[in-house]
Amino acid sequence: MKAVISALLAMTVGGSLQAAEISMDDQSQLTQKASKTAGEPYFQPPQERDLPANAYGELVEQGRAIFVDTQKYAAEYVGNGMNCTNCHTEQGRKANSAPLWGAYPMYPAYRKKNDKVNSYAERMQGCFQFSMNGTPPAADSHVINALTAYSYWLSTGAPTGQELPGRAYPEVPQPKDGFDIAKGRQIYAEQCAVCHGDNGQGQKAGDVYVFPPLWGRDSFNWGAGMHRINTAAAFIKESMPLGKGGTLSGDEAWHVAAYMNSHERPQDPRLVEGSVEKTRLRYHANDGVNLYGQKVDGVVLGQGIE
Amino acid sequence: MTFPRWPLAGVAALLLAMQAQAADGQKIYTQGGANPAAMACGTCHGADGRGMAAGGFPRLAGLAAGYSAKQLEDFRSGSRANPIMQPIAAALSDEEIQAVTAALAAMPAPPMAGVGRGEKAEGAGEVLALRGAWERNIPECVACHGPGGVGVGESFPPLAGQSAQYLRAQLEAWRQGTRKNDPNDLMGHIARSMTDVEVQAASDYFAGLELKEASQ
Ligand code: HEC
Ligand code: HEC
Ligand code: HEC
Ligand code: HEC
Repeated sequence: MKAVISALLAMTVGGSLQAAEISMDDQSQLTQKASKTAGEPYFQPPQERDLPANAYGELVEQGRAIFVDTQKYAAEYVGNGMNCTNCHTEQGRKANSAPLWGAYPMYPAYRKKNDKVNSYAERMQGCFQFSMNGTPPAADSHVINALTAYSYWLSTGAPTGQELPGRAYPEVPQPKDGFDIAKGRQIYAEQCAVCHGDNGQGQKAGDVYVFPPLWGRDSFNWGAGMHRINTAAAFIKESMPLGKGGTLSGDEAWHVAAYMNSHERPQDPRLVEGSVEKTRLRYHANDGVNLYGQKVDGVVLGQGIE
Repeated sequence: MTFPRWPLAGVAALLLAMQAQAADGQKIYTQGGANPAAMACGTCHGADGRGMAAGGFPRLAGLAAGYSAKQLEDFRSGSRANPIMQPIAAALSDEEIQAVTAALAAMPAPPMAGVGRGEKAEGAGEVLALRGAWERNIPECVACHGPGGVGVGESFPPLAGQSAQYLRAQLEAWRQGTRKNDPNDLMGHIARSMTDVEVQAASDYFAGLELKEASQ
């Protein structure tokens, strides 16, 4: 009953109409509790060559293709220059990079924050809306079905409802004296610009992005999990520079993550009544460490880019 | 057209002509540089710049000017060691390097097929190219070299359109430490983590992409 009323309210109050279209408004951080001992291996997803040659194998293969080349295979749902695998590396297989085998068995999931149960489809729709700055495909669409089949297959043999080690990006403690954007700029120039460009704009071959943009119009929006400095630091420490994950110190990862996330990017689609401040209070004030609605170099971040 | 513009345009044309005389990239390519040790590039790299597989001479046509210029500087400094190219690079002036690399970038590249990570992968070479071997910190080759190895920007050269002999020789050079010119060892650690079988398979794969295209 309560839900019906609030849904009706959302439809009648013009300003919040947009809120009704948000598929998973809680994008807060994963908190990993499961750990493993040093020698213990991570969960091993099955090998592609072992996929059966039937309709199931074909759907899984389509899901994989969508995941690694979302630009090409699900273009109508993507509003930026990114692919799912840009953040979920090794085609969604890599431990400590939010692998799909760590995610799939954990849904449906109850989130206390908004007192909601989110299905796996809704979790993926959330990444379409925020990380891909797009319009999520319907829960019963081919794209969601194929991505679900791919996730299900990767989870072959994994227990359900039991968190596996390697599910999240492993947390990196904040530097003792806080993060330093100026140091981050320096690290960026030395270690990242060769691929992601001098202005975080990424690089293309022809008209397709090979190195994804880190900020600006074609990057993830202000509602995406990666906009949190702590989440970005965790991802970067584990996986960047590409092929040389683990070579930056934890402090360096924080500095460069803060530099990256101190730039403008597309607006948070949950924007409350057109106000950055109201949006900050509702969605960003208690969401890890982030700069949305904060002043950096005299400019308030979170204005968005059309 | 207003009158005062004429003298300016004249000066610009003159300057251009002088520059062209100082270092004509096309001429260096076909006839060599001012110093006779800077031999004509085309003799080895082919009249069309597509290289000569048997000699291990790479294609230069269509390479980004920034990449080629950096390679010539690396041959000069010795961070990329090669008995044939080092003396040639040393004999080129800075101006000549600028001119000839601009000419190389303007030469048409061979047609290439942009095979990306969405495609199915069969065989060791293609698996490495499109899936990588992440447990050894080897990302998909195409994650840096672009779909089908077409090359990306000034820092990531094309692999397609090169011969298997040349590609393999470069991977071996990194393994043996005679080529150590890549930014932050981005390529070196990958070559060193590859097995002998993988070196051959990946080289054959990228060389084969162009063949497929050419035979169509
Ligand atoms: C810009 C980076 C980025 C992109 C691109 C991206 N994601 Fe995510 N994804 C994240 C982050 C960050 C999280 C949450 C991790 C956390 O909070 O620690 C996440 C979480 C998830 C989860 C839930 C993980 C779990 O264990 O509960 C799924 C499933 C998922 N993403 C699927 C997708 C799909 C499908 C796409 C492409 C349509 C995609 N993601 C694109 C960054 C990204
Ligand atoms: C050798 C090239 C290379 C270097 C150097 C590099 N990256 Fe990346 N980065 C990539 C690629 C490629 C991806 C996408 C991964 C994929 O699709 O498999 C990526 C993905 C990312 C992402 C997630 C996707 C996005 O666009 O938000 C972030 C954040 C990131 N890199 C930050 C950094 C930072 C910070 C540095 C420097 C410390 C760095 N990268 C250095 C190539 C590189
Ligand atoms: C006598 C034969 C020969 C001549 C003449 C020659 N080259 Fe080369 N070139 C080579 C060989 C062999 C290599 C491969 C070197 C290696 O294995 O590192 C090479 C490599 C190169 C490369 C690196 C290509 C890459 O993909 O990294 C560039 C650039 C280059 N040459 C430019 C030139 C220019 C410019 C000239 C003319 C001024 C020239 N070469 C003349 C034999 C030659
Ligand atoms: C992390 C990024 C990255 C990845 C992944 C990568 N490379 Fe490279 N590669 C480079 C860079 C950078 C260079 C150029 C180095 C320089 O400046 O001379 C290069 C150069 C090369 C060259 C020499 C090309 C020439 O014209 O001389 C070969 C061969 C090569 N790579 C093969 C591969 C293969 C095979 C793979 C997959 C197993 C691969 N690379 C994956 C970054 C990468």
